[in-house]
Amino acid sequence: MNNQHINILLIDDEIEFISTLAERLEIRGYTSKIAEDGESGIRMLANESFDIAILDLMMPGLNGLDTLRQIKTIDDTLPVILLTGHGSTKDGMEGMRLGAFDFLMKPLDINELLQKIKLALSESQKGGHE
Amino acid sequence: MFNKIIDALFFFNRTPQDHYSALKRNIIIIMLLITTLPLATMIIINYFQYKSHLRNQIIAPLFAMADKTRHSFDLFLDQRLAIIRFISTTYNFEDLSNEQNIKKVLISIKKEWSGFVDIGLINGQGDLVSYAGPYSLLGKNYSEQLSFQETQIKGHYISNVFLGFRKYPHIVMAVQHLTDDGQTWILRATIDTDFFDSLISSMGLPRQTDAFLINRDGILQTNSLYYGNTLEKCPLELPRVNFKSNSIEGIDDKNQAIFLVASPFSIASYILVIVWPQSVALQSWYALKTEMIIIFFISLAIIIFAVLKMTHVLITRIKTSDEHRENVLTELQHAQKLSSIGRLSAGVAHEINNPLAIINEKAGLMSDLIELSKDFNEKTKFIELTDAILNSVKRCKKITHRLLGFSKRIDIKIEPININHIIHEVLDFLEKDILYRKIEINLLLSESLASIHSDQGLIQQILVNLLTNAFAAVEEYGRVEIETHNLTDGRIILKISDNGCGIPKDVIKNIFDPFFTTKKEKGTGLGLSITYGIIKKLGGEISVSSKPGEGSVFSIELPDKPTELEVNNE
Repeated sequence: MNNQHINILLIDDEIEFISTLAERLEIRGYTSKIAEDGESGIRMLANESFDIAILDLMMPGLNGLDTLRQIKTIDDTLPVILLTGHGSTKDGMEGMRLGAFDFLMKPLDINELLQKIKLALSESQKGGHE
Repeated sequence: MFNKIIDALFFFNRTPQDHYSALKRNIIIIMLLITTLPLATMIIINYFQYKSHLRNQIIAPLFAMADKTRHSFDLFLDQRLAIIRFISTTYNFEDLSNEQNIKKVLISIKKEWSGFVDIGLINGQGDLVSYAGPYSLLGKNYSEQLSFQETQIKGHYISNVFLGFRKYPHIVMAVQHLTDDGQTWILRATIDTDFFDSLISSMGLPRQTDAFLINRDGILQTNSLYYGNTLEKCPLELPRVNFKSNSIEGIDDKNQAIFLVASPFSIASYILVIVWPQSVALQSWYALKTEMIIIFFISLAIIIFAVLKMTHVLITRIKTSDEHRENVLTELQHAQKLSSIGRLSAGVAHEINNPLAIINEKAGLMSDLIELSKDFNEKTKFIELTDAILNSVKRCKKITHRLLGFSKRIDIKIEPININHIIHEVLDFLEKDILYRKIEINLLLSESLASIHSDQGLIQQILVNLLTNAFAAVEEYGRVEIETHNLTDGRIILKISDNGCGIPKDVIKNIFDPFFTTKKEKGTGLGLSITYGIIKKLGGEISVSSKPGEGSVFSIELPDKPTELEVNNE
């Protein structure tokens, strides 16, 4: 699979974190776009097609779970990987119930993230074919 | 005012030991006062009431006896006077002047009436005109004597007792007679007093009781048992008597307490005296008094015993409940402290987590860039450095996650949880302890264990408490086994067993008691009562089995959902 064609939407208010993550993903051949809050992320999603979204659950304004709900109303098939800084898995579990693909704890292990992305994409492709 | 006294008695700022002993002392004093005062008052009132009642009961029959006997005396004397009066009216002066006649009269009255000794006729000038009897009194003049004068005034006369012929006690009776021509003469008779003694002895007096006659000057007219013989001075002090009987309580010449009843004669100047020693009269009273005193002291002893015992029990209870309250407070403070520490550490962990995520990404990017770039000086060194940074971040991540995982929550949050997962977390948390004490942990966790709805923080707390206890029970190289498996109805069971010292039988029955502590356990963790409370709160059950020296097994059953809390959470 060519990573070049894979468009990733990153939604997180922590710009230092998200921009660096975007850069690291681009080094690995992905195309990534950054949204600094939930609203702009949803706007971008409406205008552009993405293959996968990575969403932080702890954000000011529209929080992660609400953003996820709106994403799901726009594109039900878009795989979403959640990021959480909490030790509690409660929000993560709630996110899973709302249709997120998986959730990861911050700080991220990049290899784990890449693995989840691949897994999510292969699953969504399978789903797409069926 | 009353409240102030109560406050002063029961509330004071001193050391706890002083406090309890002062409290004990005051309760004892007050209870004793409250209980013994009415008892003592009743006993005292009864004492005096019974005493006066009994006294009246004792004296009343004496009065009756005195009156009756005195009446008999009066009757006797009156009869004798009537006889003399009868003779004086039947015979005239001339008849009686004849010695033969008067002797006949004496003989006939002696035949019919006892007591007469002699009889004599006295003319208006006081000369004894004729006489019949054992004495030679003929020609004696009585005009200067008190008896003659009194007879002239009153018409009759009864003398005091005197010792006459043969030293027998006698009295003299005289009756005045007025003739139609205005002449006056007196008939005089001497009577022995045997009758007095026989009347007194027929009174039926109680034991040790003395009865006798005295005249108004206090001279004995009959023999007394204890106070002298006839014509001796009576040593007793008499009450004032005029016409009615009277009584006094006094002390006789032998310092003996006595009841004394005096009854005056209406016909003569005698007084009948009955003397009853109090020691005899009041025997029933003394018995009653002794009984009352015995009853009082027995009651007093019972009251004192009961008060002391009750106060002891009361103070012990107060002391124990104070201690319990203090223990509970300490545990509560401890729990609050832990909760604060938990919240604080959660806050810190959360704040650190974000910059840590940034460091992680920056260092990751550095590492990415270094790997992508061509070989340069020290490239491997840089790769090592960034890897070191990334590893350190990983360590930090582990710490912050652990802290966040242990953040204590005040409100219970019911969420789906996996017990096996929590067991691993808790073991991570206790890792240092396990390593340090070289404890072997055996995990027998069911892979198909159902997830349940419960509070993660509380389950963690239960596990930490039970595992800490288990670790404390085993020695170095001890073994602790944790087992989980499914039960029916979505319930799960969690068993924590150790091969430690075990729990003694007398301790095991109280082990979950909310107020039970063994002193040596003080200060080690939150205690099993709190664990028990949490499990109950979560709708679960905890049981324990133990063999001293072989180890203990704590079994916890947890439901799929805690029914009571469901409503609160949704």
